[in-house]
Amino acid sequence: MKKVFAVKTFAATALALCLATPAFAQTALAQTAYVSNEKDNTVSVIDIKSLTVTETLPVGKRPRGVTLSRDNKTLYICASDSDTVQVMDVATRTITHNLPSGEDPEQFALHPDGKRLFIANENNAVVTIVDTEARKVVTQFDVGIEPEGMAVSPDGQWAINTSETTNMAHWYDVEKGAVVDNTLVDQRPRHAEFTKDGKFLWVSSEIGGTVTVIDVATRQPVKTIGFEIKGIHKDRIQPVGVKLTADGKTAFVALGPANHVAVVDTATFRVTDYLLVGRRVWHMGFTPDEALMLTTNGVSGDVSVIDVPARKVVKTIKVGRYPWGVAIAP
Amino acid sequence: MGAAALLAFGLAGTPAMAQELDIRIAVLTQEVEPPPTLANLDPPPPDEGLQGARLAIADSNTAGKFLKQRYRLDEVVVPQDGDTAAAMEKLAADGHRFVVTALRADALTKALAAPAAAGMLVFNAGAPDDVLRNAGCRTNLLHTLPSRAMLADALAQFLVKKRWPRWFLVVGPRPEDALYADAVRRAAKRFGAKIVAEKAWTGDSDVRRTAQAEVATFTQGPGYDVLVVADEVGDFGNYLPYQTWDPRPVAGTAGLVPAAWGRAIEAWGAVQLQERFKAQAGRWMTPADYAAWIAVRTVAEAATRTRSGDFATLSAAIRADGFEVGAHKGRRVSYRPWDGQLRQPIPLLTPVSLVAEAPQEGFLHPITDLDTLGYDRPESGCKAPK
Repeated sequence: MKKVFAVKTFAATALALCLATPAFAQTALAQTAYVSNEKDNTVSVIDIKSLTVTETLPVGKRPRGVTLSRDNKTLYICASDSDTVQVMDVATRTITHNLPSGEDPEQFALHPDGKRLFIANENNAVVTIVDTEARKVVTQFDVGIEPEGMAVSPDGQWAINTSETTNMAHWYDVEKGAVVDNTLVDQRPRHAEFTKDGKFLWVSSEIGGTVTVIDVATRQPVKTIGFEIKGIHKDRIQPVGVKLTADGKTAFVALGPANHVAVVDTATFRVTDYLLVGRRVWHMGFTPDEALMLTTNGVSGDVSVIDVPARKVVKTIKVGRYPWGVAIAP
Repeated sequence: MGAAALLAFGLAGTPAMAQELDIRIAVLTQEVEPPPTLANLDPPPPDEGLQGARLAIADSNTAGKFLKQRYRLDEVVVPQDGDTAAAMEKLAADGHRFVVTALRADALTKALAAPAAAGMLVFNAGAPDDVLRNAGCRTNLLHTLPSRAMLADALAQFLVKKRWPRWFLVVGPRPEDALYADAVRRAAKRFGAKIVAEKAWTGDSDVRRTAQAEVATFTQGPGYDVLVVADEVGDFGNYLPYQTWDPRPVAGTAGLVPAAWGRAIEAWGAVQLQERFKAQAGRWMTPADYAAWIAVRTVAEAATRTRSGDFATLSAAIRADGFEVGAHKGRRVSYRPWDGQLRQPIPLLTPVSLVAEAPQEGFLHPITDLDTLGYDRPESGCKAPK
């Protein structure tokens, strides 16, 4: 029954899109999500039109972070236990080559130049910068213990890394080639995300249970957002993934074992909604049209589909074991 | 930080600004001749505790270099017949104020009796004895190792939740086995379980050869759900599983074991901690290593948050409301103000798997469910001034 309902909901969304911009809807219909399954060594391919898994692709060991190239033709996959970043040709679904990545790559961010990949090496307390065209390591720089979150500012000036045990956001000046500042946040920062205008940086702290919003100009925290869900102990509210809408008005925060995604109004920093998703939700991805959002639910081994404008979970899709990252191509 | 920090970074290249904060921590252990045990598969590592402290220093320096903080560890290993009180006096004379100990209860008590100890903050990473958290507590003593009561309570919550409330308690011949048994009895009472039978293990034969006959006879008789064993040195307990007369699980110091740490723990970045430790020490991290690691990390976390190396400032920060330290256990951990015990989740482990974690869901507490483990404020026998 649920499935039928979901398809209907989607049909309505698609219809609305068709009426608005037919050409855009065409591309929307071809949208495809790639979900890394950490404990299965696979990537699940989800067709966004039917919201079903169409393929399960074998990849390297312990795949975690995934991201698409700017032209959406290439999918980069952190194969953590293979100590490499794999490069997949999206059209043929084949791994064309591996990039040198440093040891244990966990998460990464692509520079706006589309060329340089900034990779957090969790076991080594370094970040590796790789030239994806030359397929070479450009340089490495030292960060704190257990680097995880990676973000590059929209203007390309800053590369941010968060280190889980050092509890800092490290500010790497891309031009200078050095870490020039460090902002302390709450326990166990997991993820960093710039606002589209590049003015603020959002950092989630898993054990601290908070999200810190940092002013990029001063590199000082301006707001710490807490969360509260009735009937869930505060220690189980563990923010990990953060995604902001293109208009910058809304943030979505995945709350881990609290099994909810918080919706935050960025003007007031107030939580407006808590959406119940699968168990241990970590990362999220918008479809390019922002009509839908997919969340990876590690413990339940599935992906929840959120209707973004309606703020509703419309479907659950079973994927592999421990889904970790998600990237969605138009 | 603000303007000051920006200024500092602006001038980071000039030597004049390189005012590194130097934070010194000592770790104190004692050589111990392990008692003879039947099997020696995993002999207790001689550098237990030391390795945990070393790793925490390395971890803290990785963070410290971004804040111009440098951590140094002085290691003191007292010989078996040595005097831990004299060692404390010497550490004090060398200017040490933070001392992490991985000592047995008697050696720790002796160390704390040294007059110089009064001016120090001492971490207990080696002694699980409940008396040190109650009548023997001290204002300047913090415990990062869980107490026996915490371990037994963790096990009790799991067994009660499983509806296995009838326990057959087997107690080894050593004094610490009696203390473990005390904790098990206390836990049974607290959580509504019942010790339906209790027997002392005399340990005068090689149970490896005779277990199949002996343990079956030994456990024959009463109806029970779980065989709970108190054998801290691991002399005979590991030979009890599968040998009982009735098909019953074994728990306690063998079988399903509550412990501060174990190799099967991997969530919340524990894998990374385990791998760093193995690369450094060439072996797995033990509960005492973990307790020493978190003790050093406690001092470093206080220094990071306060940007200070001052003893009084750091001691106050560690005891302040809201002080938290990362524990790789998925929860915020902090020190209980009434007895200095680090409240923490307790994993229930087999050698290769994590079975469960306490506090178990449903065991409620008005402040934090972590305080359902061990001596809670109203039960505490600690009279030391706070």
